[in-house]
Amino acid sequence: MDDITTLRRILGTCRIIAVVGLSPQWHRPSFFAAKYMQSHGYRIVPVNPVASDILGERSYPSVTAAAKALADQGHPIDMVDCFRKSEDIPPIADEAIAIGARCLWMQIGVVNEAAAAKARAAGLDVVMNRCVKIEHARLFGGLNWAGVNTKVISARRPQILPY
Amino acid sequence: MSKDDPSGSRRPADGADHNYGFGTRAIHAGAIPDPVTGARATPIHQTTSFVFDSAEHAASLFNLQTFGNVYSRISNPTVAVLEERVASLEGGRAALACATGMAAQMTALLAILKQGDHIVAASTLYGGSVGQLGIGFARLGIETTFVDPEDPDNFRRAIRSNTRALYGETLGNPLVNVLDIEAVAQIAHAEGLPLIVDNTVPSPYLCNPFAFGADIVVHSATKYLGGHGTTMAGVLVESGKFDWGSSLSAPKFPEMLEPSRAYHGVKFYETFGDFGYTMKARMEVNRTFGGSLSPLNAWLILQGIETLHLRMQAHCRNALRVAKFLSEHPLVGWVNYPGLTDSAHHALARKQFRSIDGQPGASGILTFGIKADDPAKAGERFIDACEFLSHLANIGDAKTLVIHPASTTHRQLNEDELARAGVRPDMIRLSVGIEEADDILWDIDQALRRAVRG
Repeated sequence: MDDITTLRRILGTCRIIAVVGLSPQWHRPSFFAAKYMQSHGYRIVPVNPVASDILGERSYPSVTAAAKALADQGHPIDMVDCFRKSEDIPPIADEAIAIGARCLWMQIGVVNEAAAAKARAAGLDVVMNRCVKIEHARLFGGLNWAGVNTKVISARRPQILPY
Repeated sequence: MSKDDPSGSRRPADGADHNYGFGTRAIHAGAIPDPVTGARATPIHQTTSFVFDSAEHAASLFNLQTFGNVYSRISNPTVAVLEERVASLEGGRAALACATGMAAQMTALLAILKQGDHIVAASTLYGGSVGQLGIGFARLGIETTFVDPEDPDNFRRAIRSNTRALYGETLGNPLVNVLDIEAVAQIAHAEGLPLIVDNTVPSPYLCNPFAFGADIVVHSATKYLGGHGTTMAGVLVESGKFDWGSSLSAPKFPEMLEPSRAYHGVKFYETFGDFGYTMKARMEVNRTFGGSLSPLNAWLILQGIETLHLRMQAHCRNALRVAKFLSEHPLVGWVNYPGLTDSAHHALARKQFRSIDGQPGASGILTFGIKADDPAKAGERFIDACEFLSHLANIGDAKTLVIHPASTTHRQLNEDELARAGVRPDMIRLSVGIEEADDILWDIDQALRRAVRG
């Protein structure tokens, strides 16, 4: 489900995001997206076995390791956001289910129907082939400034500022 | 308001987005209430620049890591409403507004073309476009081959290894010939090339070229989008469906994929995906060549677009009445309007254009010639004899406009070029407005009589 209402609910309730495959290089799309989400109030938990910390957050070797460390601090991981190849998703989806995440999110170009079905059956929201940053900016403001067709039509004044 | 939904939306979760119709999008798309003031009308953000919250915020904006405004040459919130409005009306992914239609055309092409590249374009393009491509771009080392668009295979035959785009007009100006968009798009895609279509004359209300396979659309918003004849503007729109990374296209468009030299190493297609082309056009071309649209002009065009759907229906109804009147007039030699059933382009018009009263809506543009010993001279006399039909070099105004192309808009073309553009020496072009149809017919009739009487 990736209609506007569902995406608003997901992005409105998930506040802690494990980003699998987050690059420490500033010009990579994963860094763009995570930096944007961080500056919009989300906590980013990097999952990258070869980095020590990214965007001021400690990096973990796996979703499971990240969830355990966060649990020790008293926080859940709400969303598992995947910057990985489509075929690499099933074990990540299994981890997302096991740690009790609310949402499995696959970035642009990432689609795995089997993993999606399994996660949905376990009660997770699943979004595929979309960018978490672009969808946030589309629905809560900002993307319109880049001339993008957000498809948002409303006579309600937005309740948060778009930056 | 739901705590889970900071947008304030009251819509229930029904699992599917509502599809808004054209008239609703013409009024609403891109224009939600202002988040600070609640202003319902689109504010005119008449400012050159926007403050940074911090050095960090400035860095994020310059790196394109967050969306926002820096300088109105690059983006402006009022201009952005126009961009989203037109993107929505075309069924596209993203748009970039420019100072004029010619600036939009230039920006659309320079985003993917460089010295040594080649364009295949319809020979029946608007005279100004023939000049921009055939002479202006030639000076930059970009060559254009103009082909007769009547046979789509002419595009295929002119494609070379360095061709980077096919270019045509949905409805030619002034010939009102109809481009077979689907056929030309298939030819383009077989070579991994985008088809760029100027959709100015039908406007998005009568035709959406993306529905027939076009990849990029350009508009002179000065015409029907504005509709009031007060304001210059142009818009380019991308469908978001062209795969710049395909095996056929990737070798032709490395600058869509590789780190940008013009914008510190950003990979536009990888970073922005289906609006990467528009971002490249914005950051590499419009930002550096400077053909940006002013916020006030964007706002004026937006006022026009709110009635686009109503005006285009009226233009088409009036134009069809005028075309039928001229067809039956004893002083008229010929009439060219694709809305007429005996037009060679009627079938294609029926396929591509929205139906108005059961007939294909073919815009307000039509051409005709006077039956006289010296029809070219009679044409000039006709224009001088008009009472309220305005003699000027524009189209798409609410007012009826009239011109003699061979002595005005197409004056710079030589005889061969005139013939290729289909401009006959006796041709009169009408841009039929939305005044009372009976009054338009009256003025045409009295001017015809005075033109022939001499």
